Amino acid sequence: MGAIYILWLRELKRYVRSRVQIVVSLGQPCLYLLALGFGLGPVFRQAGHGSYLQFMAPGVVGMTVLFSSVFSGIAMLWDRQFGFLKETLVAPVSRMQIMIGRTLGGATVAVIQGTLILLICLIAGFRPHSWLAIPLAFLFVIMIAIVFSALGTAIGSVIKDMQGFQLVMNFMVMPIFFLSGALFPLANLPLVMSVITKLDPLAYGVDGLRGALINAWHFNLALDVTLLASIAAIFLSAGAYLFSRIEV
Amino acid sequence: MISVTSLVKKFGDFTAVDDVSFNVAQGEIFAFLGPNGAGKTTTIKMLTTLLRPTSGRIELDGLDPTVKQKLARQRFGIVFQDPSLDGEQTAWENMDLHGVLYHIPRKVRVQRTEELLKLFELWDRKDAYVKTFSGGMKRRLEIARGFLHTPKILFLDEPTLGLDPQSRNQLWTHVKRLNETEKTTVFLTTHYMDEADRVAHRIAIIDHGKIVAQGTPAELKEQTQTDSLEAAFLAFTGSTLREESADSKERLRQMAQMFQRR
Repeated sequence: MGAIYILWLRELKRYVRSRVQIVVSLGQPCLYLLALGFGLGPVFRQAGHGSYLQFMAPGVVGMTVLFSSVFSGIAMLWDRQFGFLKETLVAPVSRMQIMIGRTLGGATVAVIQGTLILLICLIAGFRPHSWLAIPLAFLFVIMIAIVFSALGTAIGSVIKDMQGFQLVMNFMVMPIFFLSGALFPLANLPLVMSVITKLDPLAYGVDGLRGALINAWHFNLALDVTLLASIAAIFLSAGAYLFSRIEV
Repeated sequence: MISVTSLVKKFGDFTAVDDVSFNVAQGEIFAFLGPNGAGKTTTIKMLTTLLRPTSGRIELDGLDPTVKQKLARQRFGIVFQDPSLDGEQTAWENMDLHGVLYHIPRKVRVQRTEELLKLFELWDRKDAYVKTFSGGMKRRLEIARGFLHTPKILFLDEPTLGLDPQSRNQLWTHVKRLNETEKTTVFLTTHYMDEADRVAHRIAIIDHGKIVAQGTPAELKEQTQTDSLEAAFLAFTGSTLREESADSKERLRQMAQMFQRR
């Protein structure tokens, strides 16, 4: 347990200490929120869907959690480069504990980031349909964080250089974000698109967030929770397996 | 304390370590010398559970590290060839994290961290981030950290690479002192023959994966009728230059062959 705790704590310390990074990582969602939220707002309203800010705020929260958690897993690349990974791998603790500590640390950081963005959304004018919905929204924030931190750990165990990182960003993380329905409604999409979006884990996370916060469901609560929990289990196992196979 | 019998490690067709056997007694400082690519680091990686041997037996304090991984890991400390500190944490935090990973009770951890940081003259910088440290300070911190869990064996893989003579001198003084006071067995590799001559009780010279000579520094010099360890080393290993990346090239060649066969 001590090992899990100290590695979890390390992730948190790294986060709190890199103030520049906090600002940078919050900057992007803010840009989406302002540029798209206010920019596309009139079009969205004319199409008869109400406030675009209301619609996309849960999506932006989901996006923040996605990016933050995947990055924390991929930060293993730096630990590998600067050698710290080895120090943990020769220690008399199981790889499983190391992996869990790192992954939970990354997930916690992602939840904090998601919370900050939710606050920013509230300042920008977003209003949940009921304040009692906040705990349910947090359940989804946590589930998204765990799913994608585990995915990040799995990826971080496999890739060894910056090229790999670029590849993952462009062909995995960005599509997961864009096809999740964070920015547009999933209803009435062409068949191909609608199939692809159903394969995107974040789609269920964003749907859960949107359902909880503004009571607009595309799928439903039970389906979102079940699927996210199962995907989390699968990704955690994959992460643990790939992490256990790292050789230095 | 360390007993190695017919150790072999193959990467494909390339044999990095070829039938190596040696024994290190408790409290001994044992130097493992050899040109680049001779198999030193591969041997250390096998001894420290980072690589699985192809065949052969290893015993660390009576334990087989390939079977009793965790127990073996608890018993040794290692300072790698390249740094393995967390630059984003302070010296104290690096020590503390290591202590937790090695299951050292809190009280002992705090006390021993203080002792070691003072010994290695890092105490006044304990709250500074490691990324602000000089190369010599980082090395000292790594060695202090390696001693934290009172290991029975300390592995040092080229610990003085890139350090100035002052730092090297000071580092070996500390290692020798801890070897004497705590009876830690030290297994080291280095390219500086004068260091090995001064510090090591016994030396093994490895070349092309095989041990070519073993003995005290005096014995090795006597065998080759030379007056310095450097001359003795050259007499055993020849003076031709080695390809440092021999094994990765070898692997590339195998890959190429694989594709040709199809």
